Order: sequence, then C-alpha cells, then structure tokens
Amino acid sequence: MAEGVQQGARHTMSSTTADPRLANARAAPKRRMRLSWSDPMFRAIVWQVVIVGLVVLVIAYLVGNTNRNLAARHIATGFAFLGRVAGIPIGESLLPYDPSVNTFGRALLIGILNTLRVSVVGIVLATILGTLIGIGRLSRNWLLARLTAFYVETLRDIPVLLQLLFWYTLLHGLPAPRQSLRIGNAVFLSNRGIKLPLLHWETAYDWVALAFLAGAVATWFWNRHARQRQEATGTRPAVWPVAVGLLLVLPLAVWAALGAPFDPDLPVLRGFNFQGGGTISPEYFALLMGLVIYTAAYIAEIVRAGIQAVAAGQWEAAGALGLHRGLVLRKIVLPQALRVIIPPLTSQYLNLTKNSSLAVAIGYQDVVSIANTTLNQTGQAVEGIAYIMVVYLTISLSISAFMNWYNKRVALVER
Amino acid sequence: MSQSVIAEPGYTAARERPPSNVAGPWAWARANLFGSWWSTAITLVLGYVILRVAISFIAWAVLHAVWSVPYNAQGVPDTSICLKMQGIGACWAVVADKYRLILFGRYPYAEQWRPALCVVLFISLYVVSAMRRFWRKELALIWVATLVVIGILMWGGVLGLPLVPEDEWGGLPITLILATFGLAFAFPLAILVALGRRSTTLPAVHLLCVLYVELIRGVPLVALLFMASVMFPLFLPEGVNFDNLLRVQIAIILFVAAYVAEVVRAGLQALPKGQAEAADAIGLTYWQKTGFIILPQALRMVIPPLVNTCIGFFKDTSLVLIVGMFDLLMMGKVALSDPPWQSFFNEVYIFLALIYIAFCYAMSRYSRGLERDLGRAQRR
Repeated sequence: MAEGVQQGARHTMSSTTADPRLANARAAPKRRMRLSWSDPMFRAIVWQVVIVGLVVLVIAYLVGNTNRNLAARHIATGFAFLGRVAGIPIGESLLPYDPSVNTFGRALLIGILNTLRVSVVGIVLATILGTLIGIGRLSRNWLLARLTAFYVETLRDIPVLLQLLFWYTLLHGLPAPRQSLRIGNAVFLSNRGIKLPLLHWETAYDWVALAFLAGAVATWFWNRHARQRQEATGTRPAVWPVAVGLLLVLPLAVWAALGAPFDPDLPVLRGFNFQGGGTISPEYFALLMGLVIYTAAYIAEIVRAGIQAVAAGQWEAAGALGLHRGLVLRKIVLPQALRVIIPPLTSQYLNLTKNSSLAVAIGYQDVVSIANTTLNQTGQAVEGIAYIMVVYLTISLSISAFMNWYNKRVALVER
Repeated sequence: MSQSVIAEPGYTAARERPPSNVAGPWAWARANLFGSWWSTAITLVLGYVILRVAISFIAWAVLHAVWSVPYNAQGVPDTSICLKMQGIGACWAVVADKYRLILFGRYPYAEQWRPALCVVLFISLYVVSAMRRFWRKELALIWVATLVVIGILMWGGVLGLPLVPEDEWGGLPITLILATFGLAFAFPLAILVALGRRSTTLPAVHLLCVLYVELIRGVPLVALLFMASVMFPLFLPEGVNFDNLLRVQIAIILFVAAYVAEVVRAGLQALPKGQAEAADAIGLTYWQKTGFIILPQALRMVIPPLVNTCIGFFKDTSLVLIVGMFDLLMMGKVALSDPPWQSFFNEVYIFLALIYIAFCYAMSRYSRGLERDLGRAQRR
C-alpha cells in the first residue's frame, strides 16, 4: 500500500502537470500508463516481455531439439527405468543391495545415502579440525601460530581433486593385507582399507544404551537446575562430577550388573583378505580425508576472522573480571564470534557437500557416480541429470534452512 | 646519534639499550615460545615434530633424491635406481622425463614453443590486469587482443603456423584457457545478472536472475560438466556438434557467472543509495547511471573478493578431468600411467601442487595487499 503511493508519487513527479505536494494525498489518482516509449512503466513491461520471450524461445528450441534427438535415438523419456533391475555392482552401501535383483531406483537411493554419509561425517570432522586450527592461528605461541598458518596457506591453494587423488593413491599404495600396518590385533591398515573391531550386539547393550540415554536426560535437567541456582543465588553447583556419574558410571554399572558381556568381533586375516570386523573402504577414507583437510583450512580462516571480529575490549573486560583465557574464549568470545562465523560457515558446508561429488573421480559411489553409470547404461541422460540436480538442490536448501534457523538462534537480540 | 645523547646530561649510552628481558631475541622467545607451562610444552612437542619431519623431508627430497636415470637404446627409462631408493629418496627423474608432457600435453613436440608462449602471455595478462595503473576501459581491449593472439597461437593454420586441432591440446594451457576465457565471458554476463537481480522495476527479470543464480550455485560443478558432456549433444540440432573443450568451457562460464554475479551484487548493495539518487536527480538514463556512476564504484569495491573467487575457480578447472579433458592434473595422471613411472605419484603430485600453489598464492597475496590499500584509501 505504502509502496504503491510512493510509486504513484514518482510517476506524477516525472510528468509535468502534477503538483508534487498533491502526490502525498491519500486519494492520489492512479496515473494511466501511456503506450509510449517515454513512459517508464511501458518501457519496463516491453523489456520484460522481450527478455522473458527470448528465454522462453531459447528453452523451447533446446527442448524441441532434445525431443527430436531422443526420438531419433529411440529413447523413451520418463522414469519407468527406475523399476528395472539395475545390474550395477555397488561396493559399499548402507542398505542391503544385490545388483541382480534390486532396481535402479534402489541404486540411486543408495547413492544419496552414500553422499549423505560422507557429507555429514565430513562436516562434523571439518568443523572440529577447522575450529582447532583457527584458534591455533591466534595462539600466543609463535610456533603453533606459524604452523597452522602454513597449513591454511598451502592446503587452500591445492585443488581438492588433486588432494583426493593423492590420498587415494597413497591408500592404495599401502601394503597388502598380509603385511598390513596394525595397531595391536584389532585395527589393520592395508590397501583394502581400514579394518576395525566391532561388537556383537547383545540384549544387555540395549539396557546400557537406555541407561546412557536416561543419564543424558538427567544431566540436562541437572544443568538446568544449576543454571537456575546460579541465577538465584550466584553460586553454581558443580556440573561435571554429576555428568560423569550419570553418563559414564551409570551405564558401566548397568553393564556390570548384567554380567559384563564383552564379545568383540575382531578382523582376522584369512587367506588374502580379512574376515569379520568393520571396514572403512579406501575410497571412502580418501574422500573423507581430502574433503575434511581441504575444508578445514577454509573453516579455520572463518573461525579466525570471527574471533578477531570480537572487540578487544571484550577480552580485556573478561580478563579484568579474573577469567582465564580458555574460559574467556568459551564463555565470552566464541558466542559473539558465532554470529560472524555462521553465514560463511554455511557456505563452506554447502561446498563440502558439493565437493563430495568428486567421489566419481576415485570410484566412491555417490549420487553423481551412480547417476552417471545409470545414464550410461539406460541412455536416460535427461532424467539422470535431473535426478542429480534435484538431489543436490534439496540437500543444499536443507543445509541452508537449518543453518539459517541456527543463525537466528545465535543472532544478537536487539532491545 | 650518540652525540646527542652525550649532549644531554644524565644520559649514558648504556642506559639507552633496554634490558635484555624486555627486548631482544631472548625476551622474544620468552614471550612467544615459553610464555607459560602450556606454551612451553607446545613449543617443545611441536619443535621436535617439525624438526623430525623437516629433516626427513629434506633427506627424501634433496639429499637422497634421484635426479636423472639412464635410458636404454629404445629410449625407455631404466628406473631401477629409483625403485631401490623408493621411500628413502625422491625420484625427480620422473618430472625431468615428463615435464613437457605434463605442461603441454600431446601438443606436437616441435611446436610446443607456441603453448609455452601462450602461458607467458596469460601470465603477463594477469600481471597487467593486476596493476592499478591499467584499471580503465582500455584494459578490455588489451584482454580482447591478447586472447585473440592466444587463439591464433594455439590453433595456428595462419601465418605459416601449422594447424593443431583442440584434441591435441593439453596441460597448463588448457587450465589457463578454461580459467581465463571462463572469467572473460562470465564477467559481463555476471554484471547483467547482478543488475537484473537488483532490479525492482522488472520483476520478471529479477525472478529469472534469482532462479539462474540459485540453480547453478545449488549444484556441484561436476553435475554441470556432466550436463555439458551428456546433455549438450541432445540440445543441438542433428548434425551440429561442439567439441568437448567448447562444451566444458560453456559450462564453466555459466558456473562462474553465477558466483561472480553474487560478488558483484554485494558491491552494488554496499554502494550508498545516494549515488543512484544523485544520478537520477541530474537526469541520467538507467544505462548512463549504471555505466558511469554505479558500476565503476561497485566493481572497485569488490575486487578483493573477486580475486578470491578467481582463486576458487582456478582450482576448480581441475574438475574437467572427470569428463575426460586433458588439463594439467589429467596430464599428471597420464604421465603416471607410463609403466616405468607408475609408482612415483608423490613426486608428480608435488610438482603439480607447486604449480597450483604458485598461481593461487600469488593471487591471494595480491588480493590481501589490495584489500589493505583500498581499505587505507577508504579510511582517509
């Protein structure tokens, strides 16, 4: 409404007859558009019709060509191929999958899960490593500050694909399972990836998990109680002994009470390969290493800039209150720095997720890799590309939505 | 100096120097390396680790390195010395043997001075563009002229240069071509898109620009490259076909334009509104206002983030190897596929990383210096 009045005002001012003082009157007459090039409204409409028309024409031309080409190659468009048996071997997947039975639809779903698996773990690890390095760069210790600066400056300047290829070649150059590097008799590092011990899940563990969960809830309540006491009386009851008791001792007690069952599933060398235990494939590990090490360099810079953006007076005032440096960082500086950090951090998370598509270069089967195999086998190029686009747009929009929500939570509430 | 000190009563030269626990190397070390127990521990542990790593790296890369290997009668390198030294000393002979292949790809050997000259031209173009003395309209002409000369040099077919088709190009020139032509064509497009996104009077154009930018920025470059290599042939009428280089170049241009458009938009937003209002007040048309008042100021403001974007997509050009382009990184992989050299990937990857670091580090130093200078001008 207000905008309409303003716009009316601008138009009347540009014509010669109207008195500008009248433009502010509520009932200013709506000026009729003249069909003349000197009328800005008319020009705007003509320009939009021309530009949108051109874009539509180009798209129609491309779509027409595509339809003709697809018809010439006898490719039926549509997503019917999703129900066909895929026949693509998939190395690692979170869902049970058999190439001779399962469909393309399931293969593509596994691609999404594989992408999410590497992105989510990558985001968590890159955030931890990046924050540590960012804080390290601000350390008073000259050696630590220079070393972290060197890390950031070099690793940011090497393409992430080169780093991925390097890690991948390095992991494949590890010795064969028989000569693998080992930590005790539990962890083996060979060219088949990393073998880790797993635990045979037993019913007792359900109770242990339940005890841990109960402990976590109780810790949360105790923390809230401590805060309320602090606000009411000024003294804060200790939180960490209670937390250790509830989160560590309680589950351990439940475990011991149930007879302390412990039956690890250790990887054992049989013939040329390992049996049992869990595996981290070289592809997944190389992709994760490359993404985390590369993105952490960027996150470190963001964290450093965020901390430096907090005014020096905050450090000094907190120091004057007698807080030590670590506490100042945690309680005073980081909460304020987060406001500066989160928007660029969001775009780094998006970058990491998008860079996970480089998996295709080292043979980890993510969204792009499986879609590419699918469209090569079925010829459904349009559908394959559309699938990649929709998946990444959905992931990107979800991450931005979550980070925007979080950003609103930490944003400065101005009174 | 000492004379003026002596001239003042009560001053002696000895008192002029601060005590050694306040200044000097010892005091510096106490403040920066051994400030507290915690700091001392960090210094000792890190110092030990750094020394160990540095010593073993120097031993590997310099002291025990193999710089050249003998060749047999067929010209096949005999890498047995390197294999014996593997893990102890670097085999730089692989770089000595393959650097022409890595840098220039399969370009005819006798003609490789042409891509080499192109690389020099590209670097001079960057240096000239970096100098503020050349920040004026003529710079666009310099770009056009240089890119034309580079095109002639690479293709040949005129002036007595033999024709070299694109599928024989490779290595560093491909990387520089993709990055430079990508920027040159993306920049005007990005400005138009940024202006369109800022437009309030053309809602349909605004919507188109938002859609374009968000769609491109939401998907990975790999997806766009696949689209270029898989969908492009479908988009074109029967019989018409682009070669791979052009298709990939178009994908990169569209990709870069979306990111640069956001950078330019930030500059447009940061410009005080009074500039546009003043231009309106003296009766300039939209294009006069944009061309003479808004853009020169807005673009100047965003040069540092623009350089950072350039660093980003200079590295991103390496992704084209996924669709089978022979860029610098791909030529490194090709060099490593030669049986005698297969196990010396460390050396080749270090060589490639150094090339990328040289370009990116120069750009980032430049961007930082520029930010400081422009900031100083603004503080005034």
